[in-house]
Amino acid sequence: MAPRPCAVLGIGQTKYRRRRDDVTLDGLVREAALGALEDAGAGFDDIDAIVLGKAPDALEGVMMPLLSLCDALGAVGKPIHRVHTAGSVGASTAISAVNLVESGMYDTVLTIAYEKQSEGNATWALSGGKSGGQGAGGTFAPWIRNYIARSKAPEHIGWMVAVKDRLNALKNPFAHLHLPDISVEKVRESPMLWDPLHFLESCPSSDGAAAMVLGNDDIAKKSGRPPAWVISHAKRTEFGQFPGRDTVRPQAGVECSEALYRKAGITNPREQIDCAELYVPFSWYEPMWLEGHLIAEEGEGWKMTDAGHTELGGSFPVNMSGGVLSSNPIGASGMIRCLEAANQVRGTAGEYQVPGAKISIGHAYGGAAQYYAMWMVSSELNPEL
Amino acid sequence: MTQPMQPPEDVAIVAFAQTPSYACFNDSEPAMIMPCVNSVIEQTGMDRHDIDFTIAGSCDYLSGLPFAFVMNIDAVGAWPPVYESHVEMDGAWALFEGFVRLQSGDIDTVLVSGSGKCSPGSYREGFSLQTDPYVHAPIGLDPRTQAGFQAQALIAAGKATERDFAEVVARSHANAKANPYAQLSGDLLVGDLLAEPYLQQPLRRHDCPPTSDGAGAMIIARADKARELCDNPVWIRAIDHRIESHHPTLRDLTDSPSVRLAAERVGLHHGPVDVAELTVTYSPEEIILREALGLDEATSVNPSGGPLTGSPFMAVGLTRVIELARAIANGDGGRGVAHASSGPALQQNLLCVLEGDS
Repeated sequence: MAPRPCAVLGIGQTKYRRRRDDVTLDGLVREAALGALEDAGAGFDDIDAIVLGKAPDALEGVMMPLLSLCDALGAVGKPIHRVHTAGSVGASTAISAVNLVESGMYDTVLTIAYEKQSEGNATWALSGGKSGGQGAGGTFAPWIRNYIARSKAPEHIGWMVAVKDRLNALKNPFAHLHLPDISVEKVRESPMLWDPLHFLESCPSSDGAAAMVLGNDDIAKKSGRPPAWVISHAKRTEFGQFPGRDTVRPQAGVECSEALYRKAGITNPREQIDCAELYVPFSWYEPMWLEGHLIAEEGEGWKMTDAGHTELGGSFPVNMSGGVLSSNPIGASGMIRCLEAANQVRGTAGEYQVPGAKISIGHAYGGAAQYYAMWMVSSELNPEL
Repeated sequence: MTQPMQPPEDVAIVAFAQTPSYACFNDSEPAMIMPCVNSVIEQTGMDRHDIDFTIAGSCDYLSGLPFAFVMNIDAVGAWPPVYESHVEMDGAWALFEGFVRLQSGDIDTVLVSGSGKCSPGSYREGFSLQTDPYVHAPIGLDPRTQAGFQAQALIAAGKATERDFAEVVARSHANAKANPYAQLSGDLLVGDLLAEPYLQQPLRRHDCPPTSDGAGAMIIARADKARELCDNPVWIRAIDHRIESHHPTLRDLTDSPSVRLAAERVGLHHGPVDVAELTVTYSPEEIILREALGLDEATSVNPSGGPLTGSPFMAVGLTRVIELARAIANGDGGRGVAHASSGPALQQNLLCVLEGDS
């Protein structure tokens, strides 16, 4: 049989903050789950299965947390399973939930991802459980330097992305960082963390959860909610290190986007896709992913940023919601990219809506830039390209 | 009564492999998985690059390392890049996702693996972190203690005696004599077992699993591909899994409603159940599972010896499926059920019905 059509029918997000001391882990995930159910006009009784995702258990010190969160997620008596694919996990989890609907075996699926960084020590965990580690920025900074050298991009590109995403975040009530007085000067003068990344070019540590209700075509029809049809999804993984590996433009990222576009019949992503939510935890990853995911030619991604094409109102807006640079509950960050892409094609993105957006992509990457998960959503099941 | 599921696509196990259950495997986790992966690829004669999707199950906490699962892709091979995923669960749930993935009908083959090394860490300390972090984990409510509650509840309800537990152990060890992968085996006398001191009343050492390292892998395929790859495919008729509350006090510990529900969903009694491979991590669990599954003397339970004779967490559930597939492929039964469990005191349960090629 062919995959059963699957649509996003409900979206829920918590407010992202440095600390959500007002809720337990149970309260945090339930807040997002209830939001998604309300948006879908559904209740826990309508849910056939639940798919949970988060980054390593060690971030909060709770082993296999689906076991202790199942009551809060209304999962008792139901199938619930847990995905873990490093930083890409939020998007991988959403894709696993799509697989459940596409299989024809589950009509309505709740998917949720979260992180409560304030209950643990993320930099310790992201350094492989070693104290005094380099953190994620320390891993990526040399590759960013390499990108700058290869593409001959001017240094202000990173600062521009940092400003653009924070200005977008001002339009998103869920965003963690609201920095109304952000400017290129402020970014440039903020402390250097990992050369060339300044403090303000780096993502924050956030608590938060994000959830979606997915349903098949029958459920979508019945719900009456605006659907975001998942018209394509793809995942690719490669080794984290080996001689000759291209860490600036990893092959797994290239092949993931090729698979994504092929399945949807996209031949010119720059023209046929209206906007994108890309996983950009450090400013320079915007141009790197524009190129690495074939939206721009090699060496041309930074020019799109420089010309303002990736701004809201530009010809190819990126991270309209403010992106990972404005909210980073790690395990949820990939799911937020996916649901913000869905918000755009559902016309539910509020002040950061791209007018008339019909096709959008959500993207996440993880590990040593070796795990990729992407999905493409559309306001129509069979959009004209 | 819940209607049994009707998976749209026929899916079969076309190759399987497992390591022995090691008390301590003196090498890395990928080194443990790799022989299994290589074996299943060799059995099918496939080129490893022709596998459509790969999914693994493991647990960072067993290795004591965030992102431990990333290293395990060394065992699969990820160059050129592969279409791949991972569940932070027993490999049986990786099989669930792989099975579901094949139902979409757009890919043909999935490589599934599960692996875990319990030997480097402290199982009781680590696994107490499975409980909720605010109330139960701080008091160190570990799985063995919860298994003890469950055993005590069975005794208090008049559903079982310590002798029943010992009989499960004696039969498991006797069955394991014929299993080259078992870690423990032998002829034990129930009377001798009952003379042993308590480890945690009413549980004795032999009522609890050994510490084990191990891995398993299989390739599953849609019908046409399965016939092409294998002369004797074992068909996966259904897989379902269900969870119960994490509050022990909200559960009837002497029963398993999640197993009953899953059994209805997989249509367990819509055919004979010749063999049941059950994740009996603590001996009293077999009594609960037999009753919830509605098994009688016609079913051979844990002919492999089961987890009491070798329990590599994160591979142990997938290994039940592998043991059942082997039994069916060998003609020791035509149809059977494999069971995997997660969480303390049988909190979450998965059932997988397999049938021979007839």
